[in-house]
Amino acid sequence: MTMQFMLLFSRQGKLRLQKWYVPLSDKEKKKITRELVQTVLARKPKMCSFLEWRDLKIVYKRYASLYFCCAIEDQDNELITLEIIHRYVELLDKYFGSVCELDIIFNFEKAYFILDEFLLGGEAQETSKKNVLKAIEQADLLQEDAKVSAPSFFFHISSALTCMLYHRMSNGCPPTHGEESKCTNYVLQEAETPRSVLEEIGLT
Amino acid sequence: MSDVVEKTLTALPSLLSLDSQPGSTKLSSTSKLGSLIRGITELTSKHEEEKLIQRELVSIKEQVSSPNTSMRQMKDLMVRAIYCEMLGYEASFSYIHAIKLAQQGTALEKRVGYLAVSLFLNESHELLLLLVNTVLKDLQSTNLIEVCMALTVVSQIFPKDMIPAILPLVEEKLNHPKEIIRRKAVLALYKFYLIAPNQVQHIHSKFRLALCDRDPGVMTASLHIYLQMIQENPEGYKDLTTSFVTILKQVVGGKLPMDFNYRSVPAPWLQIQLLRILSLLGKNDQSTSEIMYEVLDESLQRAEMNHNITYAILYECVKCIYTIHPKSELLEKAAKCIGNFVLSPKMNLKYLGLKALTYVVQQDPKLALQHQMTIIECLDHYDLLIKRETLELLFRITNAQNVTVIVEKMLEFLSTSKDDYTTTDLVGKVAELAEKYAPDNEWFIETMNTVFSVGGDTMQPDIPNNFLKLLCEGFDSVEEDRKLRLFAVDSYVSLLQGKPGNLPQRFLQVISWVLGEYSHLREELDPATVMRLLVKLLERKQTSSETKSYVLMAMTKLCRSGEGVSIAQEVSESYSSSMDTVLRQRAHELQHLSHNLELRTRVLLPGEAGLEPLEVDSSLSFLDGFVSEALAAGAAPYKPPHQRQEELAQAKALSLEPYSLALPISMSSCSITDRQSPTLLSMSSGLSGDSTDLSHKGGSTTLKLDGVKRVWGKEGYLAQREPIEEAQIEVPSPLRSPIQQTETGNSHSPSPAPTQSPEHEPEKQQLASSLFVGLSSQSSVCLMGKSEPMPQRFRKKAKGQSSTSAPTSNSLISLPSTVDHLLCTNLLEKTPELSEVHAAANGTCDVEAALVSHEDSNTPQDLCLSSHLPAELSELFHSEISPLCSTQSLHLSACYVQKEDSLILVIFITNSSDFAVHDVHVDLDSEQLEVSCASDSPVKEVRGCCVAVCQYSLTVKRPSAHVTVAGMVSHQLHIETPQTAQFSYELPLTSFVRPLKVSTEEYGRMWLDFTHDTKQNLTLINDGEEPLTDTLTVLKKKLQLHIVEIIGMEGIVACRLLPDQPCLMHCRLHAGSLAVWMRSSLPDLPDCLMYHCQRSLTEH
Repeated sequence: MTMQFMLLFSRQGKLRLQKWYVPLSDKEKKKITRELVQTVLARKPKMCSFLEWRDLKIVYKRYASLYFCCAIEDQDNELITLEIIHRYVELLDKYFGSVCELDIIFNFEKAYFILDEFLLGGEAQETSKKNVLKAIEQADLLQEDAKVSAPSFFFHISSALTCMLYHRMSNGCPPTHGEESKCTNYVLQEAETPRSVLEEIGLT
Repeated sequence: MSDVVEKTLTALPSLLSLDSQPGSTKLSSTSKLGSLIRGITELTSKHEEEKLIQRELVSIKEQVSSPNTSMRQMKDLMVRAIYCEMLGYEASFSYIHAIKLAQQGTALEKRVGYLAVSLFLNESHELLLLLVNTVLKDLQSTNLIEVCMALTVVSQIFPKDMIPAILPLVEEKLNHPKEIIRRKAVLALYKFYLIAPNQVQHIHSKFRLALCDRDPGVMTASLHIYLQMIQENPEGYKDLTTSFVTILKQVVGGKLPMDFNYRSVPAPWLQIQLLRILSLLGKNDQSTSEIMYEVLDESLQRAEMNHNITYAILYECVKCIYTIHPKSELLEKAAKCIGNFVLSPKMNLKYLGLKALTYVVQQDPKLALQHQMTIIECLDHYDLLIKRETLELLFRITNAQNVTVIVEKMLEFLSTSKDDYTTTDLVGKVAELAEKYAPDNEWFIETMNTVFSVGGDTMQPDIPNNFLKLLCEGFDSVEEDRKLRLFAVDSYVSLLQGKPGNLPQRFLQVISWVLGEYSHLREELDPATVMRLLVKLLERKQTSSETKSYVLMAMTKLCRSGEGVSIAQEVSESYSSSMDTVLRQRAHELQHLSHNLELRTRVLLPGEAGLEPLEVDSSLSFLDGFVSEALAAGAAPYKPPHQRQEELAQAKALSLEPYSLALPISMSSCSITDRQSPTLLSMSSGLSGDSTDLSHKGGSTTLKLDGVKRVWGKEGYLAQREPIEEAQIEVPSPLRSPIQQTETGNSHSPSPAPTQSPEHEPEKQQLASSLFVGLSSQSSVCLMGKSEPMPQRFRKKAKGQSSTSAPTSNSLISLPSTVDHLLCTNLLEKTPELSEVHAAANGTCDVEAALVSHEDSNTPQDLCLSSHLPAELSELFHSEISPLCSTQSLHLSACYVQKEDSLILVIFITNSSDFAVHDVHVDLDSEQLEVSCASDSPVKEVRGCCVAVCQYSLTVKRPSAHVTVAGMVSHQLHIETPQTAQFSYELPLTSFVRPLKVSTEEYGRMWLDFTHDTKQNLTLINDGEEPLTDTLTVLKKKLQLHIVEIIGMEGIVACRLLPDQPCLMHCRLHAGSLAVWMRSSLPDLPDCLMYHCQRSLTEH
């Protein structure tokens, strides 16, 4: 069941997250990433969510503008890997509240924390959604406690804000804050049809 | 764009200052990283991005190394460094700071530090050592989150050698009140088990505790370890079967808390894990399988909901049902499931269905018949993956009748595939099928031509090797061999006359070898023509020097006379000063040959009686003088590789003193694979250059040729596969229509017949009938144990089979019973003609043949000859009687008898003619052995239809793993001319080994006297309670050693090599293997004995 690695990348081929469960050199990692991103992006939507690559199986799924891509061994179960991806997306969604690509870009370390709580060393560590989120929240709380000054819910607000801004901008409302004006270009370039990642599967 | 960069950079200080304000941490971190991200997305070219990132990295570097940077700022810097690395820019300067952050930061910073460490470094990175202390500290922390973080990082990366340092702490965590800690601890131990299994051996009982944990999460985590352990040793965990079944029952029955549900399916991950474990436990074990039938049935029934997750479980269930001992009821249900998968319109399911079908098709070929139309549709699927899996399926149902169609489909796919990996894999499969099932010579050669040209230089080297071996060893009849070789020659000549430039180097090498060896078979073909074609190859720029040396070798074989010689002289002239030493060597050989007519006529006479097999001095004795000179000049004595390795490992182990458990563990496994018998080693080193036949010599024992490649790795029906594969080739009924086949196929199964409606186009049906021809439609359960009616022409010749020599006379020896009579006839028909097959000037082939003939001679037979054993020997142990050689009227066989203080070689001379044979002389000679005649009077005459027996006593002069006696028999038949035949006989060194009974004190004295030693770690036999005693007993039984004493973890063993060369062995249990140290006064003896010890332990 061991997963070899997991990659998240955008439709433009930009890497958003990478987690390697097998020791590889940086050069190999880069090569694999480049090759896989190309191959996966070239696939047609009606095709299998699996592909053979070297001696590995690649299982991928697209959520809105993001591709989630896992490598497993040949004798592993492809379908359950698809569901692992889905469970991860669910976790992200629950944590960020209607997650979108921007959340993952700007808070990628959080996405890593969630992933580490869900998969450990390539194996499913905890499959109960509740338990994973509980673990993450506890760790988050502790950080905020340690700092005292910051309210514990701050992070959630901030990510929710990003999302709100994101939706608002896509609806054509001009951003009001100076900080966000830099965002405009980014949003326009990065995602033409901003949708929540889970929207297309009816989970929002 | 550049002003954007500037903007970003000018923004940096202000962002930094923001950081000091309380409450704005989050925002500032977002904006610093955010501005970087935004900066990047605004850029248009890669070049600009690179510039921006480089500046960013410079700024990060500056800040991380500044002493004023707080840990909180450091955390943000790390996040940015991670981001840069993700974009593909190296930020290695930050690695050490990541470790520092994990060490010094408070919770939040520590978390980022650990994350950065796990993303930046991999297991072998040296900086990881610096993390050990931090992890140690955090594991002892009272803060749960810190413990969690430490366990998380440990389960991802941790230096192997440092495991003992933290193991007790992790173990302790298994009893922690919090389930999350217990869970992570279990996973950390799983990780340890994967990278250093023997370090966690002692806590197996704790794994059981984890399995019984009240928290389902902890229990699930422990299954990872169990899956791994059961994979390695299913026998050891059979007692847990009922527990696993009970757990699965509870899960399937919905007894777990609701939040383990996924899409209202209870804990699917857990279910799948359990199904895998069960399939491993139930494989080839009926009683264990019976325990799980019920729960498997329940799983199949429960998983009805129409969603991926249920399909995933179903798939695993089906695999399990087909892996364990079969139960027809379950098989039927599983087959129905597979049918639903295959017929599903969803691509993912269809693919999985095909994959499952591939897995089960060898046990249940009728399933493939049922779905033949779907399979044919999938063959033309737009998704390459589906196509590929279909070919895999077809590969498994290939037989002699459908091979041409299937290979054609595979080659079709190959011509479109661009992926190297797929090409290599498929090419190997095509070659395998071609060798096994080729219908005729033309097809075989043409298919192999395609294989070589498509496979190119990436294909497995054993493909051309096997092909050449096949060509030169031949098959069943001389005439067929000749035709095949002729066809190959014709085909290659026309290829070379065309455009050889596009052909891959490997192919050119094959071509050169074949032309050199066999082009003389085509008599009208002038060798000079072939030479000219070869010269053209030499002139091409693309030709590699390896190929060139093949070409020169071929020329050496071809330059016989006239024009050929002058071409050869010309070529050798131009290459005799080549910079490539091998080429130069070949060129000089060629030159020498082309100038020396006498040598040519002696060496290069094709078609005539073959050259005698080359004697290979496997002990390299001709180098002795050189070695002693070098030693005298102060050179270090040679140490075999394993000894060097051992010393290296010991040196390494010393540096780990503080953690005494950390010891080298991989010794036993690598030494076994690395080490070959001394004979094999020196043989390959003795013949450099022409590597065609050499490279697979070491692997020849691993039987790469036969059988189907394993798809499921360690799992699956490996034990049953061979007979099944054979069985399905039966029932050749090429004329049956597919419809009929389907009907018979379905008659055993209640599932609806989904295929074969009349609207299918005729060509598809035709394809179907050609693809699925010969597939048995019989019930799957009773497939075992049928023999195969089709002769497999291109398979490697079965051991001991031969039909070239045909002694038709049945009245060879008068015998008491018909059974014995048959046995004898068999024996006499069997002649080791192989060593004479090669008329080649190529020494490599001869060595190969000699090896093969030894292999052949191991077949058990001949009850009748043993009755001729002299009375004083018949009570003792004697080896199998194996044939040596034959002449027109005499057949020689031999065996050896182990007496207490000597070894007797017994040669049986059987006269099969009706006349007496006179002047029989048997001469024996050996480099390694001292041979003396033990019979009173040497045999001179053998009367008609009689058996004469000669005895020789053998002692070892120079030890080697296997020792060989070469011999020659000459005789005069009636009044005809004298006849001679040569033979060689190989004995294992162990036949000269006898127990040496000494006391421990004597042993101690002798130990110090001996100078030649060797050390190695051997596999331990670990099934009983006393592994050391068990292992030594096995060795004692197999090698006739004497166990002097066993004290605790150590044992001493002694033996002697006849007549009286003692060898002492000291064994010690060490890190899960047996560390053996052997000493003797004879130089090579310890090495050779070690080899045999290793072999008998691996065979055990």
